[in-house]
Amino acid sequence: MVKAFVEIHLKKGIADPEGSNTLKALKLLGFETATDVKSARLFEIDLEEEDRVRAEDLLEEMCNRLLANPVIHDYQIRFE
Amino acid sequence: MKVEDVKVCILIIEGTNCEAETSQAFRRSGASAEIVHLKQLLGQDTKPEETRKLEDYEILVIPGGFSSGDYVRAGAILAARMKSRMEDELVQFIDEGKPVLGICNGFQILVELGVLPGIESIMSRYPTASLGWNDSGRFECRPTLLENWNKGKCIFTTKLERGQIIQAPTAHAEGKFMLPKHREKELLDTLKDNDQIVFRYVDAEGQIAGYPWNPNGSLFGIAGICNSEGNVFGMMPHPERTYLGIQQADWTRNVPDNGDGKAVFESVLDHVTKKF
Repeated sequence: MVKAFVEIHLKKGIADPEGSNTLKALKLLGFETATDVKSARLFEIDLEEEDRVRAEDLLEEMCNRLLANPVIHDYQIRFE
Repeated sequence: MKVEDVKVCILIIEGTNCEAETSQAFRRSGASAEIVHLKQLLGQDTKPEETRKLEDYEILVIPGGFSSGDYVRAGAILAARMKSRMEDELVQFIDEGKPVLGICNGFQILVELGVLPGIESIMSRYPTASLGWNDSGRFECRPTLLENWNKGKCIFTTKLERGQIIQAPTAHAEGKFMLPKHREKELLDTLKDNDQIVFRYVDAEGQIAGYPWNPNGSLFGIAGICNSEGNVFGMMPHPERTYLGIQQADWTRNVPDNGDGKAVFESVLDHVTKKF
């Protein structure tokens, strides 16, 4: 079995209102040295696969078909 | 066929919440609308008498709401469930020229399914557009003005003149229409050339304008698009919420006989009664 962490983030150039609003709120709280916030989403996925290469292929397909919208998102896959 | 024989499938799952007024709009226009849970179409956990077949309906409507709690992304879960279990039936339904309407969350689902914009195929394997977070970063609930930009391709707006402006409220957090950045101009031109752009957000003077007239920052002010055949249509604002004159935002000063949104329902029913 493998445990994977799939991080979904917005492509460069796509507006990130969640990130920019979070930055605003952080500055209001006094964290004035914060200069940028980007939002992302993390999925922790357990897979009953022994083969890492196959697991990675499956995770990529999961991203393309559900976890990310390839029009606006990039993703990164890490294994534990 | 007669309008009373037109059967409309109003598809719901957990989190859908606009099915009552959407089915009411079709019923008031004379059609027979039925609220159908996805499991009834899939024959899953249902009694035999509750099971339904998509092919028995003339129109499929995916109403607004927050299907599956907007988990992952608005519309993504229902789209995945439909794609995995009824892709062939849906593609056949669309291929036969039967109308499919997605309102708000329904539009998000049609985009996530890959049936909108539907430029190169009836249903793409992956989404080819996105309805992303509003530029304001929050849920926008406000009346909007929409210009009918369609020249006649879309079967849902034939009762509207080109350039006619209608009222319909928006209520969404994820409604910013986007195309892949590296192909944005090319794909937008294709949408224009194919007459797939249906509604654009405008201001009180009928001009394309920024926030709050365009509540989400959509590319080209797009509020609604259809597929390349014109029979699949999605829009973020809610035409069922301006079906009646008293639902118009300025109803205290000016109550028309009908609300502006009625034209969407009357257009598609007119098409179906003539075609089938």
